[in-house]
Amino acid sequence: MAIQLPIFMDYHSTTPVDPRVLEEMIPYFTQKFGNAASRSHAFGWAAEEAVDYARERVAKLVNAQSEKEIVFTSGATESNNVALKGVAEFYKDKGDHIITTVIEHKAVLDTCKRLEKEGFRVTYLPVAKDGLVDPAAVEAAITDKTILVSIMLANNEIGTVQPLEAIGKITRAKGVLLHSDAVQGVGKVDFDVQKMNVDLASITAHKMYGPKGVGALYVRRSKPRVRLVAQMDGGGHERGMRSGTLNVPSIVGFGKAAEIMRLEGKAEGVRLLALRERLRTKLQSKLEETYVNGSMEHRLPGNLNISFAFVEGEAMMMAIKDVAVSSGSACTSASLEPSYVLRALGVGDELAHSSIRFGLGRFNTEEEVDYVADLVIAKVNHLREMSPLYEMHKEGIDLKSVAWVAH
Amino acid sequence: MAYSEKVIEHAENPRNVGTLDKDDPNVGTGLVGAPACGDVMRLQIKVSDDGVIQDAKFKTFGCGSAIASSSLATEWIKGKKIEEAEAIKNVDIVNELNLPPVKIHCSVLAEDAIKSAIADYRAKQAAKRGAAE
Repeated sequence: MAIQLPIFMDYHSTTPVDPRVLEEMIPYFTQKFGNAASRSHAFGWAAEEAVDYARERVAKLVNAQSEKEIVFTSGATESNNVALKGVAEFYKDKGDHIITTVIEHKAVLDTCKRLEKEGFRVTYLPVAKDGLVDPAAVEAAITDKTILVSIMLANNEIGTVQPLEAIGKITRAKGVLLHSDAVQGVGKVDFDVQKMNVDLASITAHKMYGPKGVGALYVRRSKPRVRLVAQMDGGGHERGMRSGTLNVPSIVGFGKAAEIMRLEGKAEGVRLLALRERLRTKLQSKLEETYVNGSMEHRLPGNLNISFAFVEGEAMMMAIKDVAVSSGSACTSASLEPSYVLRALGVGDELAHSSIRFGLGRFNTEEEVDYVADLVIAKVNHLREMSPLYEMHKEGIDLKSVAWVAH
Repeated sequence: MAYSEKVIEHAENPRNVGTLDKDDPNVGTGLVGAPACGDVMRLQIKVSDDGVIQDAKFKTFGCGSAIASSSLATEWIKGKKIEEAEAIKNVDIVNELNLPPVKIHCSVLAEDAIKSAIADYRAKQAAKRGAAE
């Protein structure tokens, strides 16, 4: 089969809507268009029924005890904001301390920064070289003023999967709430709010082949019953936790996407792991001085974050412009700072600038992986021929011994 | 970020990539930037006895705009007297390549690389004269 360009290998950024998902959504735009809050007529009832069904499907994906524990939002950024700010505001008389990690998504980190300005104290736990947080460090950081621990399921850049079950045992024993930004991992790796003692979890549809603009916050209703202060005031939708007319077609799509993930996610993970390993072994067997960032063992099956030394990430992306990937290079951001996640792992700035994130997903094929591997190998070699650093490396010069003039 | 057509053209077809003999007294080498900052440029010039840049080569570790800036710099300085090459300003490169504000440092680095290569050439020539006297 001929390769179709461009090739999408950036499934951590977003995913296409699965055609099966779209099919279920369509009637809710033009025919069953009612407001789910309209209690007085058939249009409203049809919409409400569809939302309830979606709520059940999403609840099942995370193994919630009740579908009432699912609050629909506009996406994971909102879910993270509500979880952190809502819990902080409700429990502020109990304590003022929150624990998180340095590699969380900005939606968590910047929310924590905001809470710090409002007087809360936040501990940002480091991660080890493999990108994992130590549960013992979580335990050691908990004080009698700690109200919430927020730790992601899987990292969006390096795909590392955190030991949530071990962390959940600790937070439950200490009587502290546990929130997890589960956006990248849910459906792809084990995630079970009951087994892991997770009290709040943020998820989003567009990372699991559903539409953009819809997400959910799981909020535990018993043992313990989690309370939070709504951050969006209005008609009191979603049991008062999130006002605003429900986005029915997208919620329907989210439900279908969640069901597909629940039924097919495991098998899909096996396939993606094989593709990822095919890509990795091809690259590493043909290219010297390449380094995988983050744990290989505790990692999303579709994630490969790899640094090609002596080649700058953005130049690399330009050279493979028919392949959509992402880079931890500074040049991809306005700040000119390389990835804070790679820095947290202790990856040197030069290797952070050389990193490429491949995110494999549902619609990638073996042919695409082979095409991309060959292209990347050729372009890395080409760019290394243009790289003064590679020439110096070949001459045996230790790049760390050079007195560089930073600008 | 979208690149200008000229940046893409230079990045895909870079001019004058290569290495000159750094031990040749008529060759000046400039090495600027730092790996930790994400860009390093090495620009080399070979100067005739009457002060004309006969050849220029570069190698760059950096983004497409950094590669394009150094490629353009070598193209511009070839055939110029060193005083003329010295007068090239980073804004000239910014204007020619339509670099956005976030990429202006690439043009600064290219200007620094030209100046650094010329300084190296002059230091070598001074050393040669000193040895001859």
